[in-house]
Amino acid sequence: MDLVKLFNAFPGAVSQGLVWGIMAIGVYLTYRILDVSDLTVDGSMATGGAVAAMMITGGADPWLAVLCAFLVGTLAGLVTGLFHTTMGIPAILSGILTQLALYSVNLRIMGGKANTAVNVSKYSVLVTSRNVRLLSADNPIVLLIVITAVLIVLLHLFFSTEYGCSLRATGANQNMARAQGINTKFGTVVGLMLANGIVAFSGAMLTQYQGFADVQMARGAIVIGLAAVIIGEVVFGKIFHSFWGRLICVSLGAIIYYLVMQIVLWLGLNTNDLKMLTALVVAVFLAVPYWKSQIKPKKRGA
Amino acid sequence: MLDINHIAKTFNPGTITEKIALRDVDLHLEEGDFVTVIGGNGAGKSTMLNAISGVFSVDAGSIIIDGHDVTSLPEHRRALYLGRVFQDPMTGTAATMTIEENMALAHRRGQKRSPFRWGISSSEKKLYRDELARLGLGLEDRMSARVGLLSGGQRQALTLLMATLKKPRLLLLDEHTAALDPKTAAKVLHLTRELIADNHLTALMVTHNMKDALQYGNRIVMMHEGKIIVDVDRQTKTSLRVDDLLQMFEHTSGAALDNDRMLLGT
Repeated sequence: MDLVKLFNAFPGAVSQGLVWGIMAIGVYLTYRILDVSDLTVDGSMATGGAVAAMMITGGADPWLAVLCAFLVGTLAGLVTGLFHTTMGIPAILSGILTQLALYSVNLRIMGGKANTAVNVSKYSVLVTSRNVRLLSADNPIVLLIVITAVLIVLLHLFFSTEYGCSLRATGANQNMARAQGINTKFGTVVGLMLANGIVAFSGAMLTQYQGFADVQMARGAIVIGLAAVIIGEVVFGKIFHSFWGRLICVSLGAIIYYLVMQIVLWLGLNTNDLKMLTALVVAVFLAVPYWKSQIKPKKRGA
Repeated sequence: MLDINHIAKTFNPGTITEKIALRDVDLHLEEGDFVTVIGGNGAGKSTMLNAISGVFSVDAGSIIIDGHDVTSLPEHRRALYLGRVFQDPMTGTAATMTIEENMALAHRRGQKRSPFRWGISSSEKKLYRDELARLGLGLEDRMSARVGLLSGGQRQALTLLMATLKKPRLLLLDEHTAALDPKTAAKVLHLTRELIADNHLTALMVTHNMKDALQYGNRIVMMHEGKIIVDVDRQTKTSLRVDDLLQMFEHTSGAALDNDRMLLGT
């Protein structure tokens, strides 16, 4: 076992964690703030990647490309939101429907091809894995930390406004929110749009980082997002209580996730088994609160 | 003030679980009326309140609040006129948000919520502190605590305060003390009366408790099988006792009250 090899992999894991941390912040908004399990993200993340890949290879400015990816992502969220609120389809199924539809949409965006390469030497990109071990401002980690920080500040400000508070109330207690005159359906749609915009934005960053977009690139993204949310809460939840603090937890959770993945790979786990491992880890973490609630009555009886 | 004109509601019509919840309910409240609503289980008391607040739409009839026909308005649009307190203390507040955040949400009831104004300003906090202080529960010193940490009674008192923070045209109380222990229930009822009197509110209070129904308010409405069967006005009410109410019920409905909770007046 070569420790140097492991340490060499850490910068890459951190930058990947930061990219997926942005995605996980989107998941946090739906899963924790809106209390909706939104599976759209598996499609919308790839949509963001596809949009960025096509625009950048078409010669567009990478900042414009990620902005457009964000906007297209909000449209994906809008579709899920409308499925849910105007057609009465359960949120989880609405997300699955949009996600499936997005597979076709993503192929269309990429001109019928399953993947598009974004050659770093040919096009200008914001981040690339090539620079991951540079000790300069070109290191993708620098820009990713700045972007994450700006995103967290903006979200904190938004969710402190009157409208942001009404979204939080919608997720916390729909009956209460409606009794206070909050349009919970509209709020849910807005929340889904914002979340999927952020997820698509992270897809656009991932495409640049890894140098290609692929229709399969976000398969199981929701599970990785949930893993980041849960790991962040378990490890740092006691330290951070404020809204922005919780978002930092999520980003750190994603970094830990990728560091752990690097370690298990280094220990000799087959890459093909990673998704199964992720699913099991998330299942166990989701089960813990339930198991805790099951143990209590026994203790009282004894 | 409030005009409920011949409303009717049937849940799951045409199915095996069909339930006629409201039959031709007609009720008119004057400004400043404090009406208590009594009746057995399934009499339609809560259903009537939910019909007013727009939880579902009615099959027939109309609901007019303060001259505005709200019959076809969705629940969140009716909130402009209504303050509501529910039976379950968990329903009226957002557990994961702080006391002051909950107050701020209630303070903006029925208003447009802007993404360019803060959800809570420092000048409001002073107002909330003063309002919370009148509860005498020490909540004014815990304004940044999450509401989920409060007891059921504290949450219900807070919900009540929130419902009246922005003066509602009509206050709807749906058995709001039923889930509390007797001592806390008495406190919350006392507070209810105080808030209604101070703000000169018009209120509808559903209760299981005949004594409370007699003790509070200026008018009693009795419901049975989705209909209003007795309506006791201010003059008659003052001389009524629980026995009289029971007799009235048996006389009008032709059935004995089968509800222990109501008979015992707990």
